[in-house]
Amino acid sequence: MQELEISAPRRRHLTLPRGGALGGTLLTLAALVLFNLVATPHFTSLQTLYVNLTQVTTIVIVAVGMTMVIATGGIDLSVGSLMAISGALAPLIFARNLLGVGPGPLADVLAFTVPVLVAMGFGGFNGWLVARFRIQPIVATLVLFIAGRGIAQVMTNGNLQAFHNDAFHALGLGRVLGVPIQVWLMAAVVGIATWVIARTLYGRQLLAVGGNEAAALLAGLPVGRIKILVYAISGLLSGIAGLIVIAINSSSDANLVGLGMELDAIAAVAVGGTALTGGRASIIGTLLGALIIQLLRYTLLSHGIPDAAALVVKAAVILVAVYVQQIRRVS
Amino acid sequence: MGDALLLSMAGIAKSFSGVRALNDASLTVAAGEVLALIGQNGAGKSTLIKVLTGALARDRGTVRFQGQPVAFRNPQEAQAGGIATIYQEINLVPLRSVAENIFLGREPRRWGLIDWRRMNAQAAELLAQFDVRVDVRQPLNQFNTATQQMVAIARAIGQQARLVVMDEPTSSLDDREVAVLFDVIRQLKARGIGVIFVSHRLDELYAVCDRVTVMRDGMTVADQPMASIGKLELVAAMLGRSLEEVTRFGATAFEEDFAPRPTRVLEVAGLKSAPRVAAVDIDVREGEIVGLAGLLGSGRTETARAIFGLDRAQAGTIRVGGREVDFRTARDAIRAGIGFCSEDRKTEGIVPDMSVRDNLTLALLPQLTRHGVIDQARQREIVERLIKRLGIRLASADQKIRELSGGNQQKVLLARWLCMQPKLLILDEPTRGIDVAAKAEIQGLIRELARDGLGVLMISSELEELTEGCHRVSVLRDGRSVAAFDHAQATEHAIMNAMAHGPAEVAHAGA
Repeated sequence: MQELEISAPRRRHLTLPRGGALGGTLLTLAALVLFNLVATPHFTSLQTLYVNLTQVTTIVIVAVGMTMVIATGGIDLSVGSLMAISGALAPLIFARNLLGVGPGPLADVLAFTVPVLVAMGFGGFNGWLVARFRIQPIVATLVLFIAGRGIAQVMTNGNLQAFHNDAFHALGLGRVLGVPIQVWLMAAVVGIATWVIARTLYGRQLLAVGGNEAAALLAGLPVGRIKILVYAISGLLSGIAGLIVIAINSSSDANLVGLGMELDAIAAVAVGGTALTGGRASIIGTLLGALIIQLLRYTLLSHGIPDAAALVVKAAVILVAVYVQQIRRVS
Repeated sequence: MGDALLLSMAGIAKSFSGVRALNDASLTVAAGEVLALIGQNGAGKSTLIKVLTGALARDRGTVRFQGQPVAFRNPQEAQAGGIATIYQEINLVPLRSVAENIFLGREPRRWGLIDWRRMNAQAAELLAQFDVRVDVRQPLNQFNTATQQMVAIARAIGQQARLVVMDEPTSSLDDREVAVLFDVIRQLKARGIGVIFVSHRLDELYAVCDRVTVMRDGMTVADQPMASIGKLELVAAMLGRSLEEVTRFGATAFEEDFAPRPTRVLEVAGLKSAPRVAAVDIDVREGEIVGLAGLLGSGRTETARAIFGLDRAQAGTIRVGGREVDFRTARDAIRAGIGFCSEDRKTEGIVPDMSVRDNLTLALLPQLTRHGVIDQARQREIVERLIKRLGIRLASADQKIRELSGGNQQKVLLARWLCMQPKLLILDEPTRGIDVAAKAEIQGLIRELARDGLGVLMISSELEELTEGCHRVSVLRDGRSVAAFDHAQATEHAIMNAMAHGPAEVAHAGA
């Protein structure tokens, strides 16, 4: 009995504000689904679900990293370029013997791990610029936003690399229990990130740095290390997303992989209710935000709205979503 | 003009979301008069100045400038009306030239283009009036702070200002530069321009000001010719004590039921840390509460920051537990068993959007984790225990800390360090902005902790806290240790005397 009395107010404080903030995002998503149910033919088919799910995974995976970076009060513009680097590197490894390993299981393993680690390293470089030299994150990550895609193009001489590789084929098109492998991967990333933020020392310190950096410093937190790691995580997730993109396409084009991803990811975070000022991180909100953006893209496409007009509609819906979400938070 | 006063502000009131910042403040300046405006932190000086310059709108009261009632809506309007403000941090454009800065927004033009030759000539001429001879074509950031301040003043004069407000203009100047600034102020005076001079260095006020207005708790509590008020009276007025009270108050309330142990936890000798700390000596024993007194700007907080590894010491030694240390970061200091509660709860203490639980364990958290995962059961247990021990009033430990009252927030911050079981706790104004009841609780708590053997270094602007709550009181003046008193000697009079005059000998010579 006593237990109950103690836990009742606790639950109210924990869930009500968060539910309120997510409410706006959920509302927007529901409105989009409703609109499609009425207006889009074949929307309820399994095919539609798969198309949307596979396309949303890369946004979600990158946006999870973005959420964590934004929670520290930063931003990462380099994610799209890091995807391109990772995507360019993998075929070089399994098809062109870049690391001196002939085709085979070992080459496949290296092709999955090395590009991701390289992207993580570049992410760490972003973090180093931010933490060590106190460069504003938007400027620090702009460096690789510009240079990163260039690096990817130089590595591939700007050529499109078409390939056939069973392991990548499986990542792109394989299913486990009827669900695409990339969707499992996305679910794992979302789950792990949610757990890290809620339950681990790193997660709590991340939010403390974003919530009040001066206080975190005075409490002895290793603020620099925390920041470097968060950009490295964002790089790692970008690297994974880059591999998924080339796996789906069975080809890698350094000019296109991850193009514009930074904006989709930031939009997903904003729509999902994570304040861009830092100190808060809602991974579930970001997941919903990414779903909204993907569904929007799908809706506009399936109604044959021209690309140029689609961009404007997309921006307008994002604006509305953020607005609705803010009203919810204030009230 | 029928009104001899250049400026008169009367009955000014201003509240921020229910909290009174100004309550019946008044101030007058005559043409050609230099007025000193002083008061403790939070007395309302800057709010009053912001009301004057239109940066804040007043709730009540009248402002008359050059005989006319005025209500400036923003600093630009005030500037156009003839009131210029020169801030501590000079708000000019560092990369533009001196001349451009002086004429920013009203550059002399010819055929629609800036007339550079005329602008440079006029700028040089304006500066020459103050004996400043520099190449006005050089970017402003090429010059030192003092020159930049002269440029700010020249800009004000160039705009025909009739009243110049200087907010702590000397805080970043050296003695020679201060002398130049004072010459300029005298020239302004000679031209009939009024000056409001905000400073915490008492000597300066006597050197350059005609009259002094003292503020306390949002009210004007004294307004006198500078020559007719002594330093001690000034300090007494700022702190809200009458002179008789000050001399009468002595060691009364402190129960001498616990004595510090002989082991020293902190020994500081000859500490120097630019720009505010020049030569500070302090020591703290186990179970001892040492008060650190001094006026604003005397280097109290900076001393604490240097001890805690936030600022580097340039000279002197710091020993913790007998061993000499040289902390590079707060982490080093924390590892050595020191805790530090900043005077600014909001910007350096709480993480507002985090729960009380996470705020309380912010420093301890690494010790509560296994393989990076937080042991929530232990965290909860420790938090519950400290909430009970400190009597923190809240609905739940999951509540966001910003929803708590100031007193309870402060208790959470104290708890943040207590759970680390430190040897030394540095408290910077631990009871500022806290209601009376919570204040007494926190003071009681500090004593209790000391009784258990904790060494406490407590910075405070409240005389009572120093005379009644400390075993010893060390006084700083202009970055130097000037006096130290045992509990029995630490009367308000003695402390204020040291704050105002410096070492005891000086005080006797002056009296």
